[in-house]
Amino acid sequence: MNEKIKKASRHTNQNEGLIFEKSSPGKRAFELPPLDVPKAEPAKVLGAPHLREDIEGFPEVSEIEVLRHFTRLSTWNHAIDLGMYPLGSCTMKYNPRVNEFVARLEGIATEHPYQPQELSQGCLRILRLLEQCLLEITGMDAITLQPAAGAQGELTGLLLIRAYLQKQGNPRKRVLIPDSAHGTNPATAVIAGYEVANIKSGAQGQVDIEGLRKMVNEDVAALMITNPSTLGIYEQNLPEIAQILHAKGALLYMDGANMNALAGITRPGDLGVDVMHLNLHKTFSTPHGGGGPGAGPVAMKKILEPFRPVPILAEKEGGRLALEPVRPDSIGKVKAFSSNFGVLVRALAYILAYGPGVRQATEDAVLNANYIRKQLEGFYDLPYSLPSMHEVVFSDAIQKKNGVNTMDIAKRLIDYGFHPYTTAFPLIVPGALMIEPTESESREECDLFIDAMKSIAEEAATQPEIVKTAPHTTRVRRLDEVAAARKPVLRWKPAAPRSTAAD
Amino acid sequence: MRYLPKSPVERQEMLAAIGAKSIDELFSTIPEKYRLREALKIPGPYSEAEVIQYFKQRAAENAAGYASFLGAGVYNHLRSVVTDTIIQRGEFLTSYTPYQAEISQGTLQAIFEFQTLMCQLTGQDVANASMYDGSTAATEAVLMAERLTGRQRVLVARSVHPEYRDVLKTYAKNSGLRIEEIPFATSGTVDVKALQGALKDDVAAVVAQSPNFFGAIESYAPLAEAAHAVGAMLVVAIAEGVSLGLLRPPVEADIVALEAQSFGLPPSYGGPFAGVIAAGERYVRQMPGRLAGQTTDFAGHRGFVLTLATREQHIRREKATSNICTNQALCALAATVHLTLLGKEGLREMAEQNLSKAQFALAELLKIPGVRRTFDAPFFNEFTVELPRSVKIVNSHLLREKIVGPLALGTPYPELTKHALVCVTETMPRGEIERFAGAVKRALEQPV
Repeated sequence: MNEKIKKASRHTNQNEGLIFEKSSPGKRAFELPPLDVPKAEPAKVLGAPHLREDIEGFPEVSEIEVLRHFTRLSTWNHAIDLGMYPLGSCTMKYNPRVNEFVARLEGIATEHPYQPQELSQGCLRILRLLEQCLLEITGMDAITLQPAAGAQGELTGLLLIRAYLQKQGNPRKRVLIPDSAHGTNPATAVIAGYEVANIKSGAQGQVDIEGLRKMVNEDVAALMITNPSTLGIYEQNLPEIAQILHAKGALLYMDGANMNALAGITRPGDLGVDVMHLNLHKTFSTPHGGGGPGAGPVAMKKILEPFRPVPILAEKEGGRLALEPVRPDSIGKVKAFSSNFGVLVRALAYILAYGPGVRQATEDAVLNANYIRKQLEGFYDLPYSLPSMHEVVFSDAIQKKNGVNTMDIAKRLIDYGFHPYTTAFPLIVPGALMIEPTESESREECDLFIDAMKSIAEEAATQPEIVKTAPHTTRVRRLDEVAAARKPVLRWKPAAPRSTAAD
Repeated sequence: MRYLPKSPVERQEMLAAIGAKSIDELFSTIPEKYRLREALKIPGPYSEAEVIQYFKQRAAENAAGYASFLGAGVYNHLRSVVTDTIIQRGEFLTSYTPYQAEISQGTLQAIFEFQTLMCQLTGQDVANASMYDGSTAATEAVLMAERLTGRQRVLVARSVHPEYRDVLKTYAKNSGLRIEEIPFATSGTVDVKALQGALKDDVAAVVAQSPNFFGAIESYAPLAEAAHAVGAMLVVAIAEGVSLGLLRPPVEADIVALEAQSFGLPPSYGGPFAGVIAAGERYVRQMPGRLAGQTTDFAGHRGFVLTLATREQHIRREKATSNICTNQALCALAATVHLTLLGKEGLREMAEQNLSKAQFALAELLKIPGVRRTFDAPFFNEFTVELPRSVKIVNSHLLREKIVGPLALGTPYPELTKHALVCVTETMPRGEIERFAGAVKRALEQPV
């Protein structure tokens, strides 16, 4: 009887332990076809010193247990498929399933990067068409699809700038980065061999033109700018910023993280941008997959083209495509093999589904963000009043008076069935609530979100405790991050005692 | 458009609620002259059926239907449909980096299990949540050794994957690292004498791969001894993870950079794969990339969080250990599911089958007059042979018999023209290996 009560109070899938704790010697979930060649004796062929002993603690479970284990784990995640995921700057939009299907086709997923190029024309044509589409969308002259993610795209872009300046005799010393930028920008500049100079945002959250003019000199290699900024505000002065940089021989790098506000509406190439990366896992809908994989193509103006990473995709006579391994001025390779090809396939499938209608997606994304902004104004503090593009940034200034901060509101949002917005970023807004609904949300879903946010604002005023102790409905409550960092437990070990979570 | 959930009326009503007359008004901050007036010149819109048709047409222009003896850092292995079933669950596929731990416990626990599996395989204390691939993992391992030793000279074995070395050179160029290459001996493994000669107390790291690019298995002890004698760190790259089902893990290494592609990820024309960095516990605060750690909630239940974030770019900005943000999480999940399915016995059996098939293939090839082994070190599922004529010519004959032949080593290693890197995994039936050997024999017998 007791046991039944226990199950009723906590469903078994809430008690799932670690896979290692289910293991029992002799169980297996995978069988190979019988060996059809003579069996080689490892000790004889390799020599005993090269052989390993049994892998201690390695899982031994059956197929149903594996399937159930990971299915149960999956139920503890929020996901776009379950509801709105309004993480600002992350562009959590619908991930069409046909993209998954085509990336797994025989002849696509099965291809080896070193197979002869005459047997890879299909792969190369996919790459070529994606290049052309992205060049059209960005208004740039040349592109590389090699970088594995946005941050690697940033590095590639800065290395291109460095190689270009080096070719002219001086790679220069410094990269300018606004204080509202993503953390990857300064981290990348350092790897590219530059020192970082932070630019303070102007009163409206935009680049302070006069301040910039004073900072740009012959030591400055580039400015890295995000447009729209991380406040979701369009940088109107971009062409002027480009002029200021170009006048001193410096280049303009655009972080394309927020391209979902621009695609089909305006083109960075027309705005004076020299080089930019795209996050295909944001704007072009390749699944975030719990943190990756992504892809970070880098589009550039002609002057940077000679420095692109090898291999270079080139058109030969008769329309044949080839990957050229050698270019004298190339920055080299940033990852092994051609690219995160499977991600590129998904991005192209996404673009083909929209065609020129990409513009409609952008419009809907901006419509949703402005709709949410309008409905929540007054309930939450709006620190920057310029028009919003694809995302809106509020602050917790009103709720702070009752001791409720942005993290509390975010956690309470979970109880209402939503993933939190981005908290505490950008850094220039104390207690930021950064909301990006994307075009994938219906008006109904936006309204539900707005209602939830209003209700939380009300709770913060009348019963702040319920907000401060949220979430109340999840499998685990707020976790002790300080303990996790102080004494890190980063792996399971056979000797570890069973946790109370299994009770 | 089928992906967009709004009717024209709803759009109008939402605009009215905002107080905007038209959608253009919402873009009014973009100066008129920079706004696109014409539609983008890109193909589409395509229906779902048209999207599928486009990619099926491209697939037909590739190598489907050919037997391939390529490895060289990308391996064909059996995969269970269970792996794809799991990673296509929307809760994994369409979730973000698990910063909000309370509603990301599935991803976080899976990462914790991945880290554990990687530690078990590599014999190291801690492993991260993934890097882009083996090449960037090896590169970041070297940067980590630079931070830990404060030194800038790096000795890289020439038997390390040429593309891994290329990537390292790209990253090293502007960070002050000086990369020198160490030759290989007649065995195919690192020339330890040459290594000892080059080692001084200014060396941050010695980088070796095992099985190395030629398939040869390295002995870690002499490499570690030589490196440690001058205070340098040993970085071991592993491009073929399945070898760890059979081979002794690099416990002597200070940092291990692993490519996890062999664990359930298709070749996919070169990516996405998943790199991993594993190392001793004392080095964890210099590790790049995300780490999941175990903790408890305030009710005392076990849970997992991303931890030690003060190493990372979103907290430390220009002082971070790396600029990596997005990693290869879903690929790491695929590897976790795949390894769990294989289990202790399955992984060993898969490794043993690779060994047996490669041994069989070598024996078949050595029956052909003029074919001989290049190196004599033991190998796992890849080996190098010298042919009596150009590998490229032989391979063009093989293509006519629907065989993608072995990798010609002459481009990355000019001294190894006529040498070929042959890979045979458990996926290759005996009949195909025999057909391959027969085709090589016929190719060599063709008049010049």
